[in-house]
Amino acid sequence: MTSRSQRRLGRSIALHLFLTPLALVWLFPLWMMVVFSTMPDNGIFSPGIELLPHDNFLDNVANLQRDTNFIGAIGISVSVAVTYTVLSVLLTSMAGWALARYEFHGKGAVVAIIFGTITLPYAVVLIPQFIMVARDFGLANTWIALIVPPLFNSLGVLFMRQAFSMMPAELFDAARVEGVKEWRIFLFVALPLARPMLAALAIILFLASWNNYLWPLLINSQPGAMTAPVALGTLIGLTKVSWGGIMAGAVMLTVPMLIVFVLLQRHFIAGIAAGAVK
Amino acid sequence: MRTQNATAYRFLTPYLLVFAIFWIWPIISSFLISFQATRTVPWRFAPTFNWGRLVGDPAFYNALKNTLLILVIQVPVMIALAIVMAVLLNSPLLKARGLYRFAFFAPVVVGEVAYSAVFRLMFSLDFGIINKLLESVGLEKIDWFSNVTPAMAVIMIAVTWRWAGYNAIIILAGLQSIPEDVYEAATLDRVSKLKQFFYITLPLLKPVIVFCAVLSIIGTMQLFTEPFLITERGGPGGGTETLGLLLYRQGFRSLNFGYASAVAYTMAGLAIAITLVQLWLTREPK
Repeated sequence: MTSRSQRRLGRSIALHLFLTPLALVWLFPLWMMVVFSTMPDNGIFSPGIELLPHDNFLDNVANLQRDTNFIGAIGISVSVAVTYTVLSVLLTSMAGWALARYEFHGKGAVVAIIFGTITLPYAVVLIPQFIMVARDFGLANTWIALIVPPLFNSLGVLFMRQAFSMMPAELFDAARVEGVKEWRIFLFVALPLARPMLAALAIILFLASWNNYLWPLLINSQPGAMTAPVALGTLIGLTKVSWGGIMAGAVMLTVPMLIVFVLLQRHFIAGIAAGAVK
Repeated sequence: MRTQNATAYRFLTPYLLVFAIFWIWPIISSFLISFQATRTVPWRFAPTFNWGRLVGDPAFYNALKNTLLILVIQVPVMIALAIVMAVLLNSPLLKARGLYRFAFFAPVVVGEVAYSAVFRLMFSLDFGIINKLLESVGLEKIDWFSNVTPAMAVIMIAVTWRWAGYNAIIILAGLQSIPEDVYEAATLDRVSKLKQFFYITLPLLKPVIVFCAVLSIIGTMQLFTEPFLITERGGPGGGTETLGLLLYRQGFRSLNFGYASAVAYTMAGLAIAITLVQLWLTREPK
């Protein structure tokens, strides 16, 4: 028996000896992001090795704000991500509800088209979307351009369809017998029951919008209309910018999401595990 | 069940409108645009204009080669790493599980721009922390961004860092759906842990791993932000230019929508081929 528990202990030590360095390597870029964001530029570009935070963060934020209106861009990013998340959760859960709970003409076709096109790369729709939104509708550099086109994302539909179809039919039939209207059943019976799935979906959609880069880069390229990642991206590669400032911006984009991740880890992981991203 | 067309479409129509306008129509439209000469006003139908140029364009082959090179090296390394992470995170022997999970899963929430900026700074020639660490252990510093091979390596390292944990989350969910008693039986039969991994875990995980691989291949195939920001527009000298970057350059710098659409449909063709391979690999045995 002793030899068995000794083997267990040996295995446990080996496991931690392997996993700890790997975890430290994985944390290193995030840690350095924080360290850089607290260092003055002449500290970042000095020959010494600095691995601990300094106290220059607020100065760096000021430098960043001098290089680009980052606070304004954060405001746009937050508003867009919140609006997008609410609209997308609503649209995709309504569609998911219809596909899970009703029999109707064309249902098979709708499902087939969603599944059949889901693995097509986003790059395929980029150019027509741009031509349509910028030229045909004249909506470049507006909030609508940032919020509405990405609403096509169909993974929410499949996610919510799955969630609603797992609920027992009796729940809804009882309400129907009492003459409750379908939209009230959806709003007041089905949605509350789907709360964990809605939370997972909302987090994933919010994160996708918050971090979205390519589409906002193309469609909202004017300084006053940029989202925070786009505004930060314009500084990378320029010569006369504060790298401490860029890192402070990276921290402002990342740390709130890390906090949300830690607080709502369960929902995050549920959302990703269900393939609700991309 | 009776059909409920009116009710169903009341719920479905708002989404279907967005889906049709911003997804289905663009898919068709970019296919049509790829057959048009778009730098004349009005555009004219010229079926071989873009596709003819594509098959003879060294820039296209360069971007295709770079993209495939990244795919072939980065995706298998990342998936293998993700499997290792998932299996070890799932071990009952692991203490402080939450800390390890945080370390590997945290990159999932980090945006492309933020992490591109960090990697660019970490790998810079004279003041990058990576070169400083290399020198501190007596190694030569590396000029990461002036040579193609190290520049490609930085891109692959960055993408692997960003996405390994994401795949590990999916694989971990797959692992946790394998019933315990399979392993209990194997342990009673004195099958070693290593053998259990290769003969039980891996075969049962195959559909999940194939799913992750396909997702990663399609994601990596569209790689744009990393070569755009980390290696400065695909540098050095186009050495890290990907199909995504070529599409951006042609479509949105040169405003050559026709040619960019041909590039986009090349990516779509690759994605379709890869999806078919996935369906074949995970088909139900007859």
